[in-house]
Amino acid sequence: MRAILTVVDSQRLDIKPQPFHVSTAQPLLEGRELCCIRQDRVLFEQQNLVLRAGELLQVAGKNGAGKSSLLRILAGLAQPDEGAVYYRQQTLAQAGAGYAADLCYIGHQSGIHEQLTALENVSFWRTASGVAAADDFTLLAKLGLAGLEDIPCRMLSAGQQRRVALARLWFVKRQLWILDEPFTALDQGAIAMLQQHFLQHLQSGGAIVLTTHQPLQITYEALTTLELVYRW
Amino acid sequence: MVTLYRFTQRELRLLARQKADWLNPLLFFVIVLSLFPLGVGPEPNLLRIMAPGIVWIAALLSVLLAAERLFKDDYRNGVIEQLVAAQQPLLSFVLAKLITNWLSTGLPLVLLSPLVALLLNIDQASLVAMVFTLLLGTPLLSLLSVMGAALTVSADKGGILLALLILPLYIPLLIFASAAIEAASMALPYHGQLAIMLAMLLCAMALIPLAVISALKLNVS
Repeated sequence: MRAILTVVDSQRLDIKPQPFHVSTAQPLLEGRELCCIRQDRVLFEQQNLVLRAGELLQVAGKNGAGKSSLLRILAGLAQPDEGAVYYRQQTLAQAGAGYAADLCYIGHQSGIHEQLTALENVSFWRTASGVAAADDFTLLAKLGLAGLEDIPCRMLSAGQQRRVALARLWFVKRQLWILDEPFTALDQGAIAMLQQHFLQHLQSGGAIVLTTHQPLQITYEALTTLELVYRW
Repeated sequence: MVTLYRFTQRELRLLARQKADWLNPLLFFVIVLSLFPLGVGPEPNLLRIMAPGIVWIAALLSVLLAAERLFKDDYRNGVIEQLVAAQQPLLSFVLAKLITNWLSTGLPLVLLSPLVALLLNIDQASLVAMVFTLLLGTPLLSLLSVMGAALTVSADKGGILLALLILPLYIPLLIFASAAIEAASMALPYHGQLAIMLAMLLCAMALIPLAVISALKLNVS
């Protein structure tokens, strides 16, 4: 019985997302000769990267190599010291709100408030993303948070908090995901589920940039790895 | 509109869970006011003369006390950063903060004013004027303190910086508000002062939310 219920639930949740506008000829996101300097240290320079719809870009590198800085630059939160980021052949300044409306950025901090419950946090991000309210209990149950919906998030473990934060990826309709260390604190099961979800997003024409220190378990066809070298 | 409603609901819920955030400034206000009769002596006429200034200075300080933590949690958790990155409705977020800040710090001051009148021997005409000035003035206090909080959100010890930044901006309000109460106590008309306060409030309502949004963007980049 329980198995049947789970199947029904997952069928209800796994409605195929609307395919995004896909053009394989033009890159979705492009970094041209990016340079980032922090505290007089050049993290990277002359860094080029190209991301097309349906592709996954994994940014790898040691601690302090500049992965998060690169992601913040790609998300438009920080300015590169040299070079520029292009979204559909336009600089971020030109693309403006159009770029932001296509972007879901989940940074190092999870973006959830500890005093609010999992349910309230999810519904906050639903409202913020302009997505209509839906059955959050099912979504949270799918993420392994059944029974913990009404507990303030400060009572949850780090991994469970991360799950609440990542719940957003199941309902936002954004083509480009920029995720900083999405697997931090997650257990193997959750990582596998998340990677499966990545695959779905890529298949429907989305694109993902992420940083992680863990090897990806699924072999993605369109995986590019960008290795940032730690420099002095 | 729905977004604003939902965000306001979230802020109110947070206030209900973190009672110290709004109760402490309120208690501070009452305690400061009750110290004055003890400090300067229970001379009714003296208190009546000083009352307008005292009430308003205490109000300024208590609003300032509440302001510091306004954006702190959301900044630390990365909520603001992620809202800015995806250009999600920052205006509704800021307006919700403003509304709940006024509801939790400004409105209680208005409601407490009869008690204040009792403590400071304020006559009825002045009490009415005080209620009017608080009604017009506390939203302006909230607006200014939200702006200060947004500007100093990434500063480590933002409290003092916030006070230095915002207190000078309170001066015009302080002057007109206490002038209005003083005029009322002498049975003079005080419409002029109220009109100027209303003008300041409208001006701030139009411009400050935009300034707050820019300040938040500046602080996450």
